Amino acid sequence: MLDVKNIYKTFNPGTVNEKTALRGVSLHLEDGDFVTVIGGNGAGKSTLLNAVAGTWLVDEGSISIGGVDVTHLPEHKRAKYIGRVFQDPMMGTAATMQIEENLALAARRGKGRTLRRGIAREERENYRELLKILDLGLEDRLTTKVGLLSGGQRQALTLLMATLQRPDLLLLDEHTAALDPKTAAKVLDATERIVNKDKLTTLMITHNMKDAIIHGNRLIMMYDGQIVLDISGEDKKKLTVEDLLAKFGQATGSDEADDKLLLG
Amino acid sequence: MGSFIGALPGAVSQGLIWGIMAIGVYITYKILDVADLTVDGSFCTGGAVFVMLFAAQVPVPVALLAAFGAGLLAGLATGLLHTFCGIPAILSGILTQLGLWSVNLAIMGMKANVSINVNDEANLNRLWVSLRFVSSVADGKMPFYRHPIVVVGVFTIAVIAVLYWFFGTELGSALRATGANGNMARAQGINTNVTKVLGLMISNGLVALSGALLSQYQSFADASMGRGAIVIGLAAVIIGEVVFSRLFRNFALNLLAVSFGAIIYYVVIQAVISLSDINTNYLKLISAAIVAIFLTVPYWKGRFFSKPVKRGGAANA
Ligand SMILES: Nc1ncnc2c1ncn2[C@@H]1O[C@H](COP(=O)(O)OP(=O)(O)OP(=O)(O)O)[C@@H](O)[C@H]1O
Ligand SMILES: [Mg+2]
Repeated sequence: MLDVKNIYKTFNPGTVNEKTALRGVSLHLEDGDFVTVIGGNGAGKSTLLNAVAGTWLVDEGSISIGGVDVTHLPEHKRAKYIGRVFQDPMMGTAATMQIEENLALAARRGKGRTLRRGIAREERENYRELLKILDLGLEDRLTTKVGLLSGGQRQALTLLMATLQRPDLLLLDEHTAALDPKTAAKVLDATERIVNKDKLTTLMITHNMKDAIIHGNRLIMMYDGQIVLDISGEDKKKLTVEDLLAKFGQATGSDEADDKLLLG
Repeated sequence: MGSFIGALPGAVSQGLIWGIMAIGVYITYKILDVADLTVDGSFCTGGAVFVMLFAAQVPVPVALLAAFGAGLLAGLATGLLHTFCGIPAILSGILTQLGLWSVNLAIMGMKANVSINVNDEANLNRLWVSLRFVSSVADGKMPFYRHPIVVVGVFTIAVIAVLYWFFGTELGSALRATGANGNMARAQGINTNVTKVLGLMISNGLVALSGALLSQYQSFADASMGRGAIVIGLAAVIIGEVVFSRLFRNFALNLLAVSFGAIIYYVVIQAVISLSDINTNYLKLISAAIVAIFLTVPYWKGRFFSKPVKRGGAANA
């Protein structure tokens, strides 16, 4: 489903702020893979997701989604294939627009925008049903401005928007990091349900190693712009946090794992 | 006092005309979230195109449409400078505005102003709005519906109706999303460059239409007629918001509030002129001060007098 081949990305090349954030990352995801991504601050996790989503173009290497080469496509054209939830709860929704307007925008992801009605009447009922699944009481607040919602409600809404139209690839960038533990658990729970129901191919970044182990069928760890660990299948099921820390030490030849990886 | 009452219909008419420009400013400033300074140039472009076409015996509706079209082009220029050339929006607007100064003069045959001869009965009969009709209606020489307030009022309502429809469409929603959160818009597959250009075009189209109506009303176009237009537009947007935001929640009513804001602005200016013997040279200074005050009040209120409610909801985070 996703094929990332040997991508490189350097920010601010040729300046004192030069930073190579991705150095030769390759990653292949099968249809229906649910991959969790861990790694310390600045390891390049968000950069990898941004590269796939097309926030900017990569310096080298290629990216294809579902067999389509998207390496040179701008972000808005890749949106057809990708559902996204950002690290920052403010990023994924339009605060000054209503809940139903946000959903209607997402329902038309990757389609041409015409002069037809922005929201058809029959859509509303559908949205009400879908919002019920989130269990946050949003189903009765369709016309509330999103800016009035809490961070957790906004992340949950963004998740729903990202998956409203089945994406070929779902990208989740620490989408529960800014939430309190209870809300985070709720949103993560909704994530698990939606991903399972639609068998979505998913890349989920998390800082919480336990979450990374519990969720998904595969785990990768990044360090200094590279994938240093890739565990799947039975190995992943048996994995413990201690294993992970040990493996991290082996892979990077350091014992800074405790400092670099926040324990969950 | 009497002179003020007497000048009131004229002030309201002018306010309504500038209100259409202010609605254009609302689209960029409030919906797209960019301050577009093209306005000062495109307002005159509309007036110049109208007067020249009118003089060439082109029917009034066609001339108005052409003025609107010229405004679209001005917006397109700013939009391309901003998106295609990557120039910051403010600077793009300033560049277009500067360039339009020459373009406007060229449209007017390299003259700083051109007028419609309203002493010619044939010309007067062709006009849709004119300062003269204010007194003609008052004297009973013309039916009430020829009054500029009625005619421009109908224009305003038509503009609001079309915009209300447009911003409810998929494309219009995409434009709103672009202004509200560009990241989100792109993640939903919206080409935000296209929507920005479109918004700038529509905005300047309305600004030019307003300029065309004003030149018709005052029966001349002048190279500097648009100077300070952006300030008047912002004043109308902000006054409308401050005065009516508690009353009007619906989008169409917000646009109406902008138009009312422009009327209030002109009535206040008229009051200053009529009730004091101030030198009219100070009007621009007064305008700037009014806008500065109206922009300051919400800012200070937000900073010191209200609970810190964020736009988003970090409360639960
Ligand atoms: N747009 C950018 N411009 C310049 N540098 C950037 C940019 N985006 C990321 N970087 C740099 O690239 C490196 C990797 O950043 P990235 O955001 O991918 O880290 P991360 O693994 O997501 O970390 P975190 O866990 O803190 O979110 C960092 O050093 C960061 O400063
Ligand atoms: Mg990150």
